[in-house]
Amino acid sequence: MSNTHITSIDSEDAFAKSAARQLLIYGVGAVFVIGILMMGLQGLASIVGSGTTTADAIDIENQSITIAIRTEPPQLNSTLATDSSSGMILAHVMEGLLRMSMDDQLEPAIATRWEVTDQHATFWLRRDAKWSDGVAITAHDFMFAWKTALLPELGSEYAFLLYAIKNGRAINEGTMPPDSLGVSAPDDFTLVVELERPIAFFDKMVTFQTYLPIREDFYNTTDGKFGADADQMLYSGPFVISNWVHGSSLLLERNPHYWNQQTISLKRIHIGYITSDAGATLNFFKDGKIAYTTLLAENLNDALEQRWHIQREQDGTVFFLEFNHRDERITRNRNLRRAMQLVMDMEELVYKVTKLPGYIPGESLFPGWLQGVNDKFRKEYPVTKLRLNRESALQHLELAKQELGLDKIPEIVLLTGDNPVSNIQSEWTQAVLKRELNIDIKIDKQIFKQRLAKMTSGDFDLVMAGWGPDYDDPLTFGDLFASWNLNNRGRYNNPEMDRLIEIAQLSVDPTTRMEAFAGIQQLAFDDVVLLPMYERGVTYVVHPQLKDVKRRVVGAEVDFTRAYIVPAR
Amino acid sequence: MWKYALKRVIQGVITVWFIATATFFAMHAVPGDPLSGDKALTERIRANLEIKYGLDKPLFTQYVIYLKNISQGDFGISFTQENRQVNDIIREHFPVSATLGILAIVFAAVGGVLWGALTALYRNRWPDTVIMFLVILGISVPSFVVAALGQLSLVKLNNLTGVSILPVGGWGTVWHMILPSMVLGLGTMAYLTRLMRSSMLEIISADYIRTAKAKGVPPTQIFTRHQLRNAILPVITVLGPSIAAITTGGFVVEIIFAIPGLGRYFVQAVQQLDYTVIMGTTVFYGAFLVFMVIVVDIIYGYIDPRVRLE
Repeated sequence: MSNTHITSIDSEDAFAKSAARQLLIYGVGAVFVIGILMMGLQGLASIVGSGTTTADAIDIENQSITIAIRTEPPQLNSTLATDSSSGMILAHVMEGLLRMSMDDQLEPAIATRWEVTDQHATFWLRRDAKWSDGVAITAHDFMFAWKTALLPELGSEYAFLLYAIKNGRAINEGTMPPDSLGVSAPDDFTLVVELERPIAFFDKMVTFQTYLPIREDFYNTTDGKFGADADQMLYSGPFVISNWVHGSSLLLERNPHYWNQQTISLKRIHIGYITSDAGATLNFFKDGKIAYTTLLAENLNDALEQRWHIQREQDGTVFFLEFNHRDERITRNRNLRRAMQLVMDMEELVYKVTKLPGYIPGESLFPGWLQGVNDKFRKEYPVTKLRLNRESALQHLELAKQELGLDKIPEIVLLTGDNPVSNIQSEWTQAVLKRELNIDIKIDKQIFKQRLAKMTSGDFDLVMAGWGPDYDDPLTFGDLFASWNLNNRGRYNNPEMDRLIEIAQLSVDPTTRMEAFAGIQQLAFDDVVLLPMYERGVTYVVHPQLKDVKRRVVGAEVDFTRAYIVPAR
Repeated sequence: MWKYALKRVIQGVITVWFIATATFFAMHAVPGDPLSGDKALTERIRANLEIKYGLDKPLFTQYVIYLKNISQGDFGISFTQENRQVNDIIREHFPVSATLGILAIVFAAVGGVLWGALTALYRNRWPDTVIMFLVILGISVPSFVVAALGQLSLVKLNNLTGVSILPVGGWGTVWHMILPSMVLGLGTMAYLTRLMRSSMLEIISADYIRTAKAKGVPPTQIFTRHQLRNAILPVITVLGPSIAAITTGGFVVEIIFAIPGLGRYFVQAVQQLDYTVIMGTTVFYGAFLVFMVIVVDIIYGYIDPRVRLE
């Protein structure tokens, strides 16, 4: 301190008082200035047009609802869409030949009638179905869309779903011209599809987004930006996108040209928020801003305290530990895999470790919701119950060591994702295998793209993977371990597996096919191709006045097309 | 002055070029690639996509093409948002981040200066103790906690009062901006408060203040002209980098409040290895930071007569 203390305490106090008074004046001034600045910024914000028009969760007068989505759709070009946000929005604004009803049965959409034989599928289109600009939807619109999706230079990830059509694969691989696709239109309202091979579930496949129609003359006006913005699309479904503010909001409004108006009661679906933060969407729901939200484990207690009606179900995805079956890997040894199978208690994982609502322990490659001949597939063909047996496991482990010529099993690399749930599961796997079999597991935690790169190059022994259905048939899971399937990241290669898959692909007889799937299920268990961990669950809450919100396992994750608002009780 | 500015701009361009080069090669060294997705692609389709995005060429050729394009202000097309130009993404979303950032920095600067001056005036008395305690909290609690707490408190408040006092998320009106910008500016405000306090304390005991008092200069003038004006200088020095840091660092706040800012695209692009968006946003933000530092240095010459811009 210098000599300031010479000035008397009194004058210091007086000075401080005067200074504080001045500060107060500055403070008040600053609040005014900030107020004015905010008005200015408001003007700026409206110029760049990034507004979220705030609406309530439900508005019974205007028959409108507000919801949030996790990520912005990259684009809404149906030939390219792969993510769940795109799938969900497309299901509201587009309609294809057929559709899944509220109780998951096929029902007519733009096609009124259809017929599938071994070589052909024929669809008779309704004459009153119109695009959102009032022009009739014809068979040519489907033909154009399918040919476009197969263009090799487009690189559509879902193009393989169109391989069912004659020459589809050859066109996609660039060996045949697009016009050689086996589709024809004897007249504007009849669509004849020539099939590459007999396919039992072609009618179910056409409900998928890659099969949606696109009108050629409109597509050509978009200059490569088809689906990038609201005005770069033409709609065939119950709603149209009337406003799309990137990163912020989408407004879906009733399509005045939709042929089936009387089944739709909502006038407006407002996607008001885009955020991947589950805590934030829960707050929006609590604040009465959105009518629907999924819940994460960490939000569940909070939701329970609110006494909401929490709904839980499976989302259709199966998660499993996939082995690397390549020659140079020790996981190629079946006894080693069997030893692991015999000690891993997936019920313990699901019910005691992760404890996530809606999740059920995995028993089979095929999830429980898949349809068999007359009932659920898993009811008709129950999976062999696994009996945990540590002694037997140790015997298998000894055999494995002998076969591999090793004194001790070397460290096994478990490749996994970087989210909290994967962390718990991989640590559990590590602990169980160490405790029961004295096998050391090295956890290799990677973010999405790096994990994919390692899975593709085979840089793992075990990988924690999940598979969601692309279409509503057991084959979407059944062909996963075919030697030719690029998604078979562990390169499992077994002629018996390929033979069973071929039967399931080519046969059109339901019983023969389901028996083939049962064979695949049994082989996957006997040969320990994979260790099913669980079927993923989902928990969600819906505004009590909003009815008939439908969650689906294939296509749109959540469907509001038939939802309606009831008056408050 | 102009000579100095020109020199700084040239240095700035070199810095940005360096950022672009380092990012380009670092990004390509990361395992994985932007084309991989949940579904495996066949070799043929993959090759077609590589041609489409120019990934089939040798890395150095890609680099040269890239430099040529950015020198013309073209950042290319996003890999994940296939039909959108990176320029469009920046143009549409940066104003949102900037608006949020400007407001946050104004909150931070005004708050920092006022609280800092107040604590210095009342040093070692209760207002000082209380504010400095809050400052330590503000510096040490990360923004995702503050953001989530802020949002939750607002929900409780709205539920309690039965009216919507402020929106809990989204973007569009002035009311949407208040809470997120306060949350975003809080850390900087705390930091500036501490800076302002120590700089005030230094000046309070300076000789020229004593002289002014002895001369009989009115207290209001001493406080405003001699103390505040001098104490504010260090605050202005850190303001430039802070503006850039706040504008670019709003990622967490943008996610939690569902704000369509650029920060979100920046972080998502890195996770998805969206090469063009990574490059576009990094170069853009790099240039922005360099520009802000230059601007602050030039302003400094006007505020502090001791600094000469040569």
